[in-house]
Amino acid sequence: MPLTPEEISELTQISWDIRKTIIETTFTCGGSHIGGSLSQTDVLVALYFKYLNIDPARPDWADRDRFILSKGHGGVGWASVLAARGYFDKALLKDFNKTGSPFGMHLDSLKVKGCDASTGSLGHGLAIGVGLAVGAKLQKKNYRTYVMMGDGELCEGTIWEAAILAGHHRLDNLTAFVDRNGLMIDGPTEKITTLEPIDEKFRAFGWEALTIDGHDFAAIGSAVEQAQSVSGKPCAIICKTVKGKCVGLMEGQAQWHYGGLNSDLRDEALKSVDTYYRALLG
Amino acid sequence: MAEGMTWSVTDGDKLTQAEVYGEVLSQLGERYPDLVALTADLASSTKIGRFGKKFPERFFNVGIAENTMFGMAAGLAQAGLRPVVSTFAAFTALRSAEQVRTDICYQNLNVKIISTHAGISFGQAGSTHHCTEDLAVMRSFANMTVIVPADGIETGNAVVAAMEWPGPVYIRVGRGFEPPVNKTQDYGYAIGRAITMRDGRDVAIIACGVGVLQAMRAADVLDRQGLSARVINMHTIKPIDRDAIIKAVTDTRRIITVEEHNVMGGLGSAVAEVIVENGKACAFRKLGVPDCYSIVGYPEDLYHHYKFDADGIVETVGELMRLEIEEDEDWEDEA
Repeated sequence: MPLTPEEISELTQISWDIRKTIIETTFTCGGSHIGGSLSQTDVLVALYFKYLNIDPARPDWADRDRFILSKGHGGVGWASVLAARGYFDKALLKDFNKTGSPFGMHLDSLKVKGCDASTGSLGHGLAIGVGLAVGAKLQKKNYRTYVMMGDGELCEGTIWEAAILAGHHRLDNLTAFVDRNGLMIDGPTEKITTLEPIDEKFRAFGWEALTIDGHDFAAIGSAVEQAQSVSGKPCAIICKTVKGKCVGLMEGQAQWHYGGLNSDLRDEALKSVDTYYRALLG
Repeated sequence: MAEGMTWSVTDGDKLTQAEVYGEVLSQLGERYPDLVALTADLASSTKIGRFGKKFPERFFNVGIAENTMFGMAAGLAQAGLRPVVSTFAAFTALRSAEQVRTDICYQNLNVKIISTHAGISFGQAGSTHHCTEDLAVMRSFANMTVIVPADGIETGNAVVAAMEWPGPVYIRVGRGFEPPVNKTQDYGYAIGRAITMRDGRDVAIIACGVGVLQAMRAADVLDRQGLSARVINMHTIKPIDRDAIIKAVTDTRRIITVEEHNVMGGLGSAVAEVIVENGKACAFRKLGVPDCYSIVGYPEDLYHHYKFDADGIVETVGELMRLEIEEDEDWEDEA
């Protein structure tokens, strides 16, 4: 069922808050992978607040849906979503990156509630997702596994090994997102190493593949629902996004893959986010 | 071995290490309905395929994609299953070192890894298929337990014990055409507890894997020369049996380690760390593959070439016996 205008409005409000948390945390922690955290936010919000069958009070619930952030450097964004969803107190994010904190840039599944897999080294998450999806089928469990990859991460050969295997096992309980913001650390992906056509690559590996606007909740919602209804094969959702989304000074800027904010930049970033959402919500 | 855990393999003393574990794993498949097995196009070479024949629905051959296999094993463990993964040691420890470390050990997952064709046991294949680095790599991974069974019978015992041992376990086997050193499986095998294969007072030979057989043969020769050699089967490299090492130092003051591995980073290094930290002086030699890529050849020829067969051990014991050992103050108290 498509998302209602009320649901979209609610998710939009949540993503507004989460983008502000990401900016605040980047300010307090000294530096983060803020660009990719802002590009992935809307997909994560849709999943965690609408589609994932989860219970934050029971992070180890065996039948929960799984989410793996294979682009583990989006940790500050993921942690902001987990906090908002109630896995832990948002105030804990004040210690992000601090010595002894459970939160480093790349989240640790043994330390962070709601984090289903420790990631950070690119190219690992899809294979872990294949294991979970195969495990669910073997145990006749209905939970679904969602994996989000970065677009630059698709350079990693292991992604395609795992894609072959997921196609082979016809894992229709596995959905992969590609945060297609078009930028890796050193610049535009297509300038560094051609990735397109991404959707056709996945199709050739036995996947269903969709391409959507990764900041449009209606589009995200219908893609997730379509992925859930596909039978006999996994589904890849290529989400066209903007690195640094909603922060004018960062949008589309590869150098904001990682960065810190002083108080002036923080204020400017927050103002930019507020302006964007006020215009959006009217 | 865990209480009540048994396995039986007909002619177990005539089978290779891999053949025994293939059989044992098949038997464990009945005991553990959550046991799943993975390989990367080496079902027959590693013998894990025997499990696959019996439990095809719980067997996953991922094709030639080791990195994905170890990642998938992590996911299966997170799903609550009990994955056993098998491929050649060179692929586990070198190609897939990062998946083993980051996906499995970092998350402390219940994945058991059985790596075959380790050391220079696949001698004719050349250095791409040798693995004289795996012990150094694996023992540096936090949470990892590292086991090098001495023969097929011990491999069976180790696989059974690993099922009840928490967290990731690395079991290293060779091609294993050598005769076994154990005649029976009932000798009190336990992970982390070294086995004194024969006692001795003049020198202690601490060995693992095929080194145990070589040490036993050397001890026979030494016995005829009037020298009493203790042979310790240090089948668990991590956690290592510190007490057995310290006792050997105290009792003999002459220690030789024997392993089918680069002499840097494996058993010899692990034993040396214990000795130095303990602070009691002794004469010490590490036998194994020197810091080089092995020449090609039959394993038994290579063991001889690199002087960690019985002949080489006897020769090294001779060198140690001729050394003047500087006695420290408490030497008399403990000798």
